[in-house]
Amino acid sequence: MRFTTNSIGRKILMAVSGLFMVLFVIVHLLGNSSIFAGPDGINAYAEKLHGLGPFVWASRLFMLAMLGIHVLFGILVTLDNWSAKPDRYKVKKMLKASFASETMIWTGALLLAFIVYHLLQFTFRVTPDVVLGNDAKGRFDVFSMVAASFRFTPIVLIYVAAMVTLFLHLSHGIQSLFQSIGWNNDKTLPTYTRLGKVLAVVFLLGYSAIPVLLLSGILTK
Amino acid sequence: MSAQTAEHGTMTLKLIVWRQAGPGKQGRFETYTAKNITPHHSFLEMLDVVNEELILEGKEPIAFDHDCREGICGMCSQVVNGVPHGGQERTTVCQLHMRKFKDGDTIYIEPWRARAFPILKDLVVDRGALDKLIQEGGYISARTGGVPDANATPISKADADYSMDAAECIGCGACVAACPNGAAMLFTGAKVAQLASLPQGQVEAPVRVADMIQAMQECGFGNCSNHYECQAACPKGIDVKFIARLNREFLKALFKSKAGSHVFAGE
Repeated sequence: MRFTTNSIGRKILMAVSGLFMVLFVIVHLLGNSSIFAGPDGINAYAEKLHGLGPFVWASRLFMLAMLGIHVLFGILVTLDNWSAKPDRYKVKKMLKASFASETMIWTGALLLAFIVYHLLQFTFRVTPDVVLGNDAKGRFDVFSMVAASFRFTPIVLIYVAAMVTLFLHLSHGIQSLFQSIGWNNDKTLPTYTRLGKVLAVVFLLGYSAIPVLLLSGILTK
Repeated sequence: MSAQTAEHGTMTLKLIVWRQAGPGKQGRFETYTAKNITPHHSFLEMLDVVNEELILEGKEPIAFDHDCREGICGMCSQVVNGVPHGGQERTTVCQLHMRKFKDGDTIYIEPWRARAFPILKDLVVDRGALDKLIQEGGYISARTGGVPDANATPISKADADYSMDAAECIGCGACVAACPNGAAMLFTGAKVAQLASLPQGQVEAPVRVADMIQAMQECGFGNCSNHYECQAACPKGIDVKFIARLNREFLKALFKSKAGSHVFAGE
């Protein structure tokens, strides 16, 4: 039995790839928060980031690999779990499982769809709402591009909904990864659970603030 | 919860019970009325009363597993109103008493449901898969002979307590029944942790964890999603920290040269 077909091995792959994606979500939020400093903040940040060249591409490929592993084994494990419980109970009362823990595969699928949309919009810049241009200092104007797209209420709603989905996924996922790696016991579990929920709330509020503040006109040039 | 008893201090209940003639047969829910049930009846005694009546009527009694009826053997196995063992904390269904129910209640009774536990008849399932897991690694290979001297092998109080907590498992399978994935992680984790925390069990620890995980999958158990339903349903309150220990023991085994290749290659 190989690591990739082993029940625990697969969960460890899910946990490690999930951990790197959580770290990415933290770094991405810190980077994005430069938008609160106005066009100068985020445009300078974007220029500096793209100036890193091969490092950016290495990171992108690495994150793509992590996403691929997480999605692949998420689907494989879930399909196996469904077939391990062929007959459902007529009455089933959950004692500990939450809405978040029971919907991981679905929140995961929604997040995958969101990642594809988000990349098409602001990385490949091919969606119809995207406005391209340079700022006064000749840098690519990330602020104006983002602000232009977030003038549309439906786009803002998609983003906020995606962040609620991320909140659900991570409010179970973060504590779950510590358990799957085996880095857990009865004393640490409540701490990881709290940590996971706090981080999930921070991501929800932090990420949602950008489109909401731009749409409402509170955040302007 | 206080028992409201009707005339003569007895209650009447509506039971909706899974009936299945045999393995692989089509099952269905049947409705029965349980009469003359006192608050002092245990849940299984309540079923005895119903069965006696069914026998007098010339009908097939409801088959269910039971043995010690004092909460230690792990034979009784019924999902009562959607919870294995009926939902009273740290209580097997044989120790669940009818004082927890009210006159006129409707009670759903189902067997453990999981791919690894095929139904044999009515509420009786085949839990041989748990025996298979034990055969694959839930033991130590010790020399037989005279009884060793007390404290010949020093074990700290903390390790002894930890190991005993894991050893409290009675092997009833409620963890598998409660798990949305039909996984046996809590059962296996408890056994792996119990033996890995003692010097006698450490020799075979890496091989044990590899073999038991493989056996879990061969028996058709699912994977862990960390819902922790198992711990909540366990009549002995086995902690999910033992599942974390199982995962940790698996990782440790990977780094042992011989056992590591065993983990990777299987046989």
